[in-house]
Amino acid sequence: MRLTRLIVTGEKTLFRFPSRIEAVNEAAASVAGILNNLGTTDDLKFAVDMAVREAVTNAVLHGNRLDESKAVVLQVLTSSDALEILIDDEGSGFKPEDVPDPTAAENILKTSGRGIFFMRNFMDTVDWSVRPEGGTRVRLTKKL
Amino acid sequence: MAELNISERQAGDVTVLDMSGKITIGEGSVALRSAIRRLLEEGRKKILLNLAGVGYIDSSGIGELVSSYTAINKDGGQLKLLNLTQKLQDLLTITKLLTVFDVYESESDALNSFK
Repeated sequence: MRLTRLIVTGEKTLFRFPSRIEAVNEAAASVAGILNNLGTTDDLKFAVDMAVREAVTNAVLHGNRLDESKAVVLQVLTSSDALEILIDDEGSGFKPEDVPDPTAAENILKTSGRGIFFMRNFMDTVDWSVRPEGGTRVRLTKKL
Repeated sequence: MAELNISERQAGDVTVLDMSGKITIGEGSVALRSAIRRLLEEGRKKILLNLAGVGYIDSSGIGELVSSYTAINKDGGQLKLLNLTQKLQDLLTITKLLTVFDVYESESDALNSFK
């Protein structure tokens, strides 16, 4: 499967990535291109980049388990004052409330488990849903 | 070009790794892990990571720093950090890892702290 950019409109762009580690850089670069065109601040670019990388990492590793026949679909929706990013995988989902707080004393020295924390820290809202056709969707929003 | 470049030098019994690039999932994290493993295998247990050139790190890279820290401590060694960028310092602050790592802005201070 190759990276494909399927739809480009003034407000919505959709990308599809095979589930491999390289998708993380590819997705981040895709979103960065859109933010560059919007002329956003460096701080906002950094925040969104962090969140997108963590969300795509989770989709590739935990959702699709590096199965390249499964896709990660990234949608970027922009308006005059907000950014909405949807990341879909084909996995069986998870409960975000089951993920332990990585800043709790007993977890600080764990080597993983900070991705969701970073997403929540760098975006205005983060939520997860189960897609009717199967798989998980994470929705990230940020005011511009 | 490699995602993470690591060059090594010796300052007394401290090994300094000058790093530049990104410590992110995949190549960057693997490069750091390999470098630390090799130093431990060679018995070099006092390690200073100069992160001045590391402009980006993700949760995987943070995890690799923690993994390096615990592996070196377990082996009776010490890992210290030098020249954090503001972004990396911010990430270590929000994850509360700044309280775990020994962090320096001056290389001479860092090297003296190993004695």
